[in-house]
Amino acid sequence: MIAGRLPQIAITLALLSLVAYLAIGAMPGDPISLAMMADPRLGPADVARMRALHGLDQPLLARWWAWATGVLRGEFGYSRLFARPAAEVLWPALRGSLVLLGAALALAASLGVAAGMLAALRPRWRGAVNAVALLSQALPAFWLGILLIILFAVTLGWLPAGGSPEGGGFAEAARFLILPVATLAIAHLAAYARHTAASMAEVLQSPWITAARARGNPESRIAIRHALPNAAVPLLSILALDAGSLVSGALITETVFARPGMGKLLTDAVMGNDNNLALLALMLVAATTLLATLAADLAQRALDPRLAGRD
Amino acid sequence: MTRLRLGLAILALLAAAALAAPWVADLLGLDPEVPDLLARQAGPSAAHPLGTDELGRDILVRLLIGARVSLAVGLAAALASTAIGLAAGLLAAWRGGWVDAALMRLADGLLALPALPLLVLLAAMDPATVGLPRGGALADILRIVLILAVFGWVGVARLSRAAALSVLSRDHVRAARALGVGEARLLRRHVAPALAAPLTVAGSLAVAGAILAESTLSFLGLGIQPPAASWGNMLANAQDLVFSAPMAALWPGLAIALAVASAMLVADGLREGRR
Repeated sequence: MIAGRLPQIAITLALLSLVAYLAIGAMPGDPISLAMMADPRLGPADVARMRALHGLDQPLLARWWAWATGVLRGEFGYSRLFARPAAEVLWPALRGSLVLLGAALALAASLGVAAGMLAALRPRWRGAVNAVALLSQALPAFWLGILLIILFAVTLGWLPAGGSPEGGGFAEAARFLILPVATLAIAHLAAYARHTAASMAEVLQSPWITAARARGNPESRIAIRHALPNAAVPLLSILALDAGSLVSGALITETVFARPGMGKLLTDAVMGNDNNLALLALMLVAATTLLATLAADLAQRALDPRLAGRD
Repeated sequence: MTRLRLGLAILALLAAAALAAPWVADLLGLDPEVPDLLARQAGPSAAHPLGTDELGRDILVRLLIGARVSLAVGLAAALASTAIGLAAGLLAAWRGGWVDAALMRLADGLLALPALPLLVLLAAMDPATVGLPRGGALADILRIVLILAVFGWVGVARLSRAAALSVLSRDHVRAARALGVGEARLLRRHVAPALAAPLTVAGSLAVAGAILAESTLSFLGLGIQPPAASWGNMLANAQDLVFSAPMAALWPGLAIALAVASAMLVADGLREGRR
């Protein structure tokens, strides 16, 4: 299956880079007109010479090809905004985003599964869990972030409103992580809660559950040892389906909390006309998402042998 | 059905509020876009029921004017997504073969990618290079609607393809074909009615998604440009002032959540009604 999926991912990324390159080519402000604005002594002859020097007189497609083959050779070029090699800017940002994503995913999945089990096992709670799930899907993540800032940073003063720690150890880093992780996790636990509730309810109807009950197992053991593992495997497909929106959510959360990461880097690069960095950041985010989706699919197949034969 | 009614009632209320916006502005004697520097960040009062923002503009009036933008973008983007999705899904199911494969691979690709970075990139493009008008609130709305439709059609296309495939394989459709019924009439008489139910569900979910996406883009400064009001860009201004005027951040977010939740309730209710 990997043999089929990896080329598919490569083709998707290649097409995406082409579309994004053409889109960026249509953005206002190419590097030379920016240089012209910065230096009034540049004349038309200098502009023509600089365009030829940097290959900007070539057609867009030829420029895309040169860029793409360069990236494949590991030449990521420079960031105009930060005046440093793009790779040096990208890696720390990716690490920051992955920390946020990992922590939020763990929290969203565990809270979501707990809420879903509650809804499936205690019908009294079903309405409440559904309402919370609807709310968590309807709230704009960035607004939730602002509300948490108002409550915990402005009113109570317990946690920092955003930014990143200067020095300090793990505890200090964790303090800056709490609000962003909570924001992202709350926005995404609905999908886990709904699907856990649905698949638990289905599994609880199975004959082996009846058999386990007949053997005199207590209800808690049936729920945790017999039903949950079977209900959990489909959750991995939610993870695969949700990966794109989780990454999008992380990007907006980073912007709200002014947290260094891919989201802030991407908006800064797009706003600051740093075309190369914007393009590389987009490709890195897309590649990470597609590989995460693939990993979730593979894990699901590994855990559920019934899926192995299908493609 | 209660969910459907509740959702529709809230949406109708929001639409009525949006329509009444100029009338409320006249009544209070306020303009949503003219700054009043003597009344910056005022608390709620008789003159400003919800207070004023950082430029002294009335929050209530801007909220109501913003409702027009957010609801218009939501409905227009959902309509565009539904139309494109229906056409793509129907074409894929009806033609099959490589058309089906190409359209569905495209849909898979768009679904797997994170939408926000792509939306940000598209929103930063110069609209004039693709022949769209530049500047002004109406041009912004048109631009955002088109960008949202680029991603919004995928869900609708998958749903309508699945529904159309199941109808096309049924015996009465095959019998109609054998009797020499034309393809256009076949699609109109037999396939279209079966698509109505899934399309309304997908359409109301698209409304919810579009309202959220518009507010996100405007929040990032890439959607509706100030001084025109939209719920998203009101929140962007409010975030800079959380320490001095935290209440200003409350209302626009509440409005977004209410609109999105009611569109989701409509979708839930419609889905339930089909069972």
